[in-house]
Amino acid sequence: MARLVFAFLAGGLFGAGLFLSGMTDTAKVQGFLDVFGAWDPTLAFVMGGAMIPMALAWLYARGRRHSVLGSPLPAAPERRIDRGLVLGSVMFGTGWGLAGLCPGPAIAALSYGGPMLWIFVAAMLTGMALAPMLRTRLDKIVAAE
Amino acid sequence: MQLDWIWGLIGGMLIGTGGAVFLLVNGRIMGASGIIGTLIDGSAGRSSGEKLSFLGGVILLPLLLTLIPALRTVDTHISQMPLVLVAAGLLVGLGTRLANGCTSGHGVCGMSRLSVRGFAATACYILAGVASVAVFRHLLEVI
Repeated sequence: MARLVFAFLAGGLFGAGLFLSGMTDTAKVQGFLDVFGAWDPTLAFVMGGAMIPMALAWLYARGRRHSVLGSPLPAAPERRIDRGLVLGSVMFGTGWGLAGLCPGPAIAALSYGGPMLWIFVAAMLTGMALAPMLRTRLDKIVAAE
Repeated sequence: MQLDWIWGLIGGMLIGTGGAVFLLVNGRIMGASGIIGTLIDGSAGRSSGEKLSFLGGVILLPLLLTLIPALRTVDTHISQMPLVLVAAGLLVGLGTRLANGCTSGHGVCGMSRLSVRGFAATACYILAGVASVAVFRHLLEVI
Protein backbone atom coordinates (compact mmCIF):
# COMPACT_ATOMS: atom_id res chain seq x y z
CA MET A 1 0.00 0.00 0.00
CA ALA A 2 2.79 2.44 0.92
CA ARG A 3 4.36 1.81 -2.49
CA LEU A 4 1.14 2.86 -4.22
CA VAL A 5 0.77 5.99 -2.08
CA PHE A 6 4.33 7.17 -2.70
CA ALA A 7 4.12 6.32 -6.40
CA PHE A 8 0.98 8.48 -6.57
CA LEU A 9 2.76 11.27 -4.68
CA ALA A 10 5.77 11.11 -7.03
CA GLY A 11 3.45 11.16 -10.05
CA GLY A 12 1.52 14.08 -8.57
CA LEU A 13 4.71 16.11 -8.09
CA PHE A 14 5.79 15.23 -11.64
CA GLY A 15 2.41 16.22 -13.12
CA ALA A 16 2.11 19.42 -11.09
CA GLY A 17 5.65 20.38 -12.08
CA LEU A 18 5.00 19.76 -15.76
CA PHE A 19 1.83 21.84 -15.63
CA LEU A 20 3.25 24.77 -13.61
CA SER A 21 6.49 24.93 -15.59
CA GLY A 22 4.55 25.40 -18.83
CA MET A 23 5.81 22.15 -20.38
CA THR A 24 2.28 21.02 -21.22
CA ASP A 25 2.12 24.06 -23.53
CA THR A 26 3.41 22.81 -26.89
CA ALA A 27 4.21 26.40 -27.95
CA LYS A 28 6.80 26.71 -25.15
CA VAL A 29 8.46 23.38 -26.00
CA GLN A 30 8.60 24.15 -29.72
CA GLY A 31 9.79 27.65 -28.74
CA PHE A 32 12.81 26.07 -26.99
CA LEU A 33 13.60 23.97 -30.06
CA ASP A 34 13.10 26.94 -32.40
CA VAL A 35 16.63 28.31 -32.28
CA PHE A 36 16.15 29.88 -35.73
CA GLY A 37 13.00 31.74 -34.62
CA ALA A 38 11.79 33.33 -31.37
CA TRP A 39 13.82 31.19 -28.95
CA ASP A 40 12.19 30.47 -25.56
CA PRO A 41 14.69 29.36 -22.88
CA THR A 42 12.07 28.16 -20.34
CA LEU A 43 12.73 24.42 -20.92
CA ALA A 44 16.37 24.86 -19.91
CA PHE A 45 15.24 26.26 -16.54
CA VAL A 46 12.84 23.34 -16.10
CA MET A 47 15.59 20.81 -16.85
CA GLY A 48 18.06 22.66 -14.60
CA GLY A 49 15.54 22.94 -11.77
CA ALA A 50 14.66 19.25 -12.00
CA MET A 51 18.29 18.13 -11.95
CA ILE A 52 18.98 19.80 -8.57
CA PRO A 53 16.79 17.56 -6.33
CA MET A 54 17.46 14.60 -8.60
CA ALA A 55 21.26 14.93 -8.33
CA LEU A 56 20.93 15.20 -4.53
CA ALA A 57 18.82 12.03 -4.54
CA TRP A 58 21.49 10.15 -6.53
CA LEU A 59 24.17 11.37 -4.09
CA TYR A 60 22.07 10.11 -1.18
CA ALA A 61 21.49 6.78 -2.95
CA ARG A 62 25.22 6.27 -3.44
CA GLY A 63 26.53 3.58 -1.14
CA ARG A 64 23.00 2.49 -0.24
CA ARG A 65 21.53 -0.71 -1.60
CA HIS A 66 17.87 -0.44 -0.74
CA SER A 67 15.18 2.18 -1.01
CA VAL A 68 13.19 3.35 2.00
CA LEU A 69 10.57 0.68 1.28
CA GLY A 70 13.21 -2.02 0.93
CA SER A 71 13.39 -2.58 -2.82
CA PRO A 72 16.83 -2.63 -4.45
CA LEU A 73 18.05 0.71 -5.84
CA PRO A 74 18.83 0.85 -9.58
CA ALA A 75 22.16 -0.59 -10.68
CA ALA A 76 24.91 1.61 -12.12
CA PRO A 77 23.89 2.91 -15.57
CA GLU A 78 24.94 1.10 -18.72
CA ARG A 79 27.63 2.94 -20.64
CA ARG A 80 27.20 1.46 -24.11
CA ILE A 81 25.88 3.92 -26.70
CA ASP A 82 24.17 1.57 -29.14
CA ARG A 83 22.19 1.98 -32.34
CA GLY A 84 18.83 1.78 -30.55
CA LEU A 85 19.73 4.67 -28.27
CA VAL A 86 20.79 6.95 -31.11
CA LEU A 87 18.14 5.96 -33.67
CA GLY A 88 15.38 5.96 -31.05
CA SER A 89 16.37 9.35 -29.66
CA VAL A 90 16.52 10.87 -33.16
CA MET A 91 13.04 9.49 -33.92
CA PHE A 92 11.75 10.77 -30.58
CA GLY A 93 13.28 14.23 -31.11
CA THR A 94 11.72 14.51 -34.56
CA GLY A 95 8.24 13.76 -33.19
CA TRP A 96 8.89 15.98 -30.16
CA GLY A 97 9.62 18.92 -32.45
CA LEU A 98 6.64 18.17 -34.70
CA ALA A 99 4.05 18.20 -31.92
CA GLY A 100 5.84 19.87 -29.00
CA LEU A 101 4.96 16.93 -26.74
CA CYS A 102 6.94 14.22 -25.01
CA PRO A 103 5.38 11.32 -23.05
CA GLY A 104 5.18 12.97 -19.59
CA PRO A 105 3.43 16.22 -20.58
CA ALA A 106 1.13 14.35 -23.00
CA ILE A 107 -0.21 12.31 -20.07
CA ALA A 108 -0.23 15.32 -17.71
CA ALA A 109 -2.51 17.24 -20.13
CA LEU A 110 -4.83 14.27 -20.70
CA SER A 111 -7.67 15.67 -18.56
CA TYR A 112 -7.95 19.04 -20.30
CA GLY A 113 -6.08 18.65 -23.61
CA GLY A 114 -9.10 17.76 -25.74
CA PRO A 115 -9.48 15.52 -28.82
CA MET A 116 -6.30 16.65 -30.62
CA LEU A 117 -4.20 15.69 -27.60
CA TRP A 118 -5.97 12.35 -27.36
CA ILE A 119 -5.12 11.67 -31.02
CA PHE A 120 -1.45 12.26 -30.18
CA VAL A 121 -1.61 10.02 -27.09
CA ALA A 122 -3.37 7.23 -29.03
CA ALA A 123 -0.64 7.34 -31.70
CA MET A 124 2.07 7.42 -29.01
CA LEU A 125 0.62 4.35 -27.25
CA THR A 126 0.42 2.57 -30.62
CA GLY A 127 4.07 3.39 -31.25
CA MET A 128 5.00 2.05 -27.81
CA ALA A 129 3.08 -1.17 -28.49
CA LEU A 130 4.89 -1.61 -31.82
CA ALA A 131 8.34 -0.82 -30.41
CA PRO A 132 9.29 -4.38 -29.34
CA MET A 133 8.74 -5.49 -32.97
CA LEU A 134 10.95 -2.72 -34.31
CA ARG A 135 13.62 -3.62 -31.76
CA THR A 136 13.61 -7.27 -32.86
CA ARG A 137 13.99 -6.25 -36.50
CA LEU A 138 16.83 -3.90 -35.65
CA ASP A 139 18.59 -6.65 -33.69
CA LYS A 140 18.30 -8.96 -36.72
CA ILE A 141 19.87 -6.34 -39.00
CA VAL A 142 22.71 -5.84 -36.53
CA ALA A 143 23.20 -9.61 -36.17
CA ALA A 144 23.30 -10.05 -39.96
CA GLU A 145 26.21 -7.61 -40.30
CA MET B 1 5.40 36.42 -19.93
CA GLN B 2 8.56 37.60 -18.21
CA LEU B 3 8.08 35.37 -15.17
CA ASP B 4 8.12 32.21 -17.28
CA TRP B 5 11.63 31.20 -16.28
CA ILE B 6 10.71 31.39 -12.57
CA TRP B 7 7.69 29.14 -13.21
CA GLY B 8 10.03 26.88 -15.17
CA LEU B 9 12.45 26.67 -12.24
CA ILE B 10 9.68 26.05 -9.67
CA GLY B 11 7.99 23.44 -11.87
CA GLY B 12 11.35 21.84 -12.63
CA MET B 13 12.13 21.48 -8.93
CA LEU B 14 8.76 19.81 -8.37
CA ILE B 15 9.53 17.39 -11.23
CA GLY B 16 12.93 16.62 -9.70
CA THR B 17 11.39 16.15 -6.25
CA GLY B 18 8.94 13.65 -7.75
CA GLY B 19 11.88 11.81 -9.29
CA ALA B 20 13.74 11.86 -5.95
CA VAL B 21 10.73 10.39 -4.11
CA PHE B 22 10.27 7.67 -6.74
CA LEU B 23 13.97 6.76 -6.53
CA LEU B 24 14.57 6.89 -2.80
CA VAL B 25 11.21 5.56 -1.60
CA ASN B 26 10.14 3.20 -4.39
CA GLY B 27 13.61 2.42 -5.72
CA ARG B 28 12.59 3.23 -9.28
CA ILE B 29 13.79 5.58 -12.00
CA MET B 30 11.12 8.09 -12.96
CA GLY B 31 10.98 7.71 -16.73
CA ALA B 32 7.61 8.52 -18.27
CA SER B 33 8.13 6.49 -21.45
CA GLY B 34 9.33 3.43 -19.54
CA ILE B 35 6.43 3.60 -17.09
CA ILE B 36 3.81 3.95 -19.85
CA GLY B 37 5.59 1.64 -22.31
CA THR B 38 6.04 -1.33 -19.99
CA LEU B 39 2.34 -1.11 -19.10
CA ILE B 40 1.46 -1.09 -22.80
CA ASP B 41 3.71 -3.96 -23.95
CA GLY B 42 2.90 -6.07 -20.90
CA SER B 43 6.40 -6.17 -19.43
CA ALA B 44 5.53 -4.19 -16.28
CA GLY B 45 4.59 -7.36 -14.37
CA ARG B 46 4.49 -6.88 -10.61
CA SER B 47 5.32 -3.17 -10.90
CA SER B 48 2.04 -2.50 -12.75
CA GLY B 49 0.16 -1.25 -9.68
CA GLU B 50 2.88 1.18 -8.73
CA LYS B 51 3.14 2.47 -12.28
CA LEU B 52 -0.62 2.93 -12.65
CA SER B 53 -0.68 4.76 -9.33
CA PHE B 54 2.14 7.03 -10.55
CA LEU B 55 0.21 7.83 -13.75
CA GLY B 56 -2.90 8.54 -11.67
CA GLY B 57 -0.97 11.28 -9.89
CA VAL B 58 0.39 12.63 -13.19
CA ILE B 59 -3.15 13.00 -14.55
CA LEU B 60 -4.96 14.12 -11.39
CA LEU B 61 -2.71 16.91 -10.10
CA PRO B 62 -2.78 19.00 -13.30
CA LEU B 63 -6.56 18.51 -13.41
CA LEU B 64 -6.85 19.94 -9.89
CA LEU B 65 -4.52 22.81 -10.77
CA THR B 66 -6.61 23.78 -13.80
CA LEU B 67 -9.46 24.47 -11.35
CA ILE B 68 -7.49 27.43 -9.98
CA PRO B 69 -8.30 30.17 -12.47
CA ALA B 70 -5.51 32.24 -13.97
CA LEU B 71 -2.76 30.09 -12.39
CA ARG B 72 -1.30 28.90 -15.68
CA THR B 73 -2.62 28.65 -19.21
CA VAL B 74 -4.60 25.52 -19.89
CA ASP B 75 -4.20 26.10 -23.62
CA THR B 76 -1.83 23.44 -24.96
CA HIS B 77 -1.56 25.29 -28.33
CA ILE B 78 -1.57 21.83 -29.87
CA SER B 79 -1.54 21.38 -33.65
CA GLN B 80 -4.98 21.12 -35.27
CA MET B 81 -3.73 18.74 -37.96
CA PRO B 82 -4.52 15.10 -37.06
CA LEU B 83 -1.97 13.77 -39.55
CA VAL B 84 0.86 15.74 -37.93
CA LEU B 85 -0.23 14.49 -34.49
CA VAL B 86 -0.43 10.86 -35.60
CA ALA B 87 3.04 11.00 -37.20
CA ALA B 88 4.50 12.80 -34.16
CA GLY B 89 2.84 10.41 -31.69
CA LEU B 90 4.11 7.31 -33.51
CA LEU B 91 7.65 8.73 -33.65
CA VAL B 92 7.59 9.65 -29.94
CA GLY B 93 6.17 6.25 -28.92
CA LEU B 94 8.51 4.15 -31.06
CA GLY B 95 11.57 6.33 -30.49
CA THR B 96 11.38 6.60 -26.70
CA ARG B 97 10.93 2.84 -26.30
CA LEU B 98 13.71 2.01 -28.74
CA ALA B 99 16.03 4.41 -26.88
CA ASN B 100 14.76 3.18 -23.50
CA GLY B 101 13.96 6.67 -22.29
CA CYS B 102 12.76 10.18 -22.94
CA THR B 103 13.12 13.66 -21.43
CA SER B 104 12.42 12.43 -17.89
CA GLY B 105 14.36 9.13 -17.88
CA HIS B 106 17.41 10.02 -19.96
CA GLY B 107 17.21 13.78 -19.37
CA VAL B 108 16.27 14.44 -15.74
CA CYS B 109 17.20 11.11 -14.15
CA GLY B 110 20.08 10.11 -16.43
CA MET B 111 22.04 13.33 -16.71
CA SER B 112 21.73 14.05 -12.97
CA ARG B 113 23.66 10.81 -12.28
CA LEU B 114 26.15 11.72 -15.02
CA SER B 115 25.06 8.78 -17.20
CA VAL B 116 26.85 8.73 -20.55
CA ARG B 117 23.75 7.27 -22.22
CA GLY B 118 21.62 10.02 -20.67
CA PHE B 119 23.81 12.74 -22.15
CA ALA B 120 24.06 10.99 -25.54
CA ALA B 121 20.28 10.48 -25.78
CA THR B 122 19.55 14.05 -24.70
CA ALA B 123 21.99 15.46 -27.27
CA CYS B 124 20.31 13.33 -29.98
CA TYR B 125 16.71 14.24 -29.20
CA ILE B 126 17.40 17.94 -28.71
CA LEU B 127 19.37 18.17 -31.97
CA ALA B 128 16.66 16.19 -33.80
CA GLY B 129 14.00 18.40 -32.22
CA VAL B 130 15.79 21.57 -33.33
CA ALA B 131 16.15 20.15 -36.85
CA SER B 132 12.51 19.05 -36.86
CA VAL B 133 11.19 22.52 -35.93
CA ALA B 134 13.58 24.15 -38.41
CA VAL B 135 12.39 21.92 -41.26
CA PHE B 136 8.67 21.67 -40.50
CA ARG B 137 8.19 25.27 -39.32
CA HIS B 138 10.62 27.35 -41.32
CA LEU B 139 11.26 25.28 -44.44
CA LEU B 140 7.99 23.44 -45.09
CA GLU B 141 5.81 25.74 -42.94
CA VAL B 142 3.48 22.91 -41.83
CA ILE B 143 3.64 23.60 -38.07
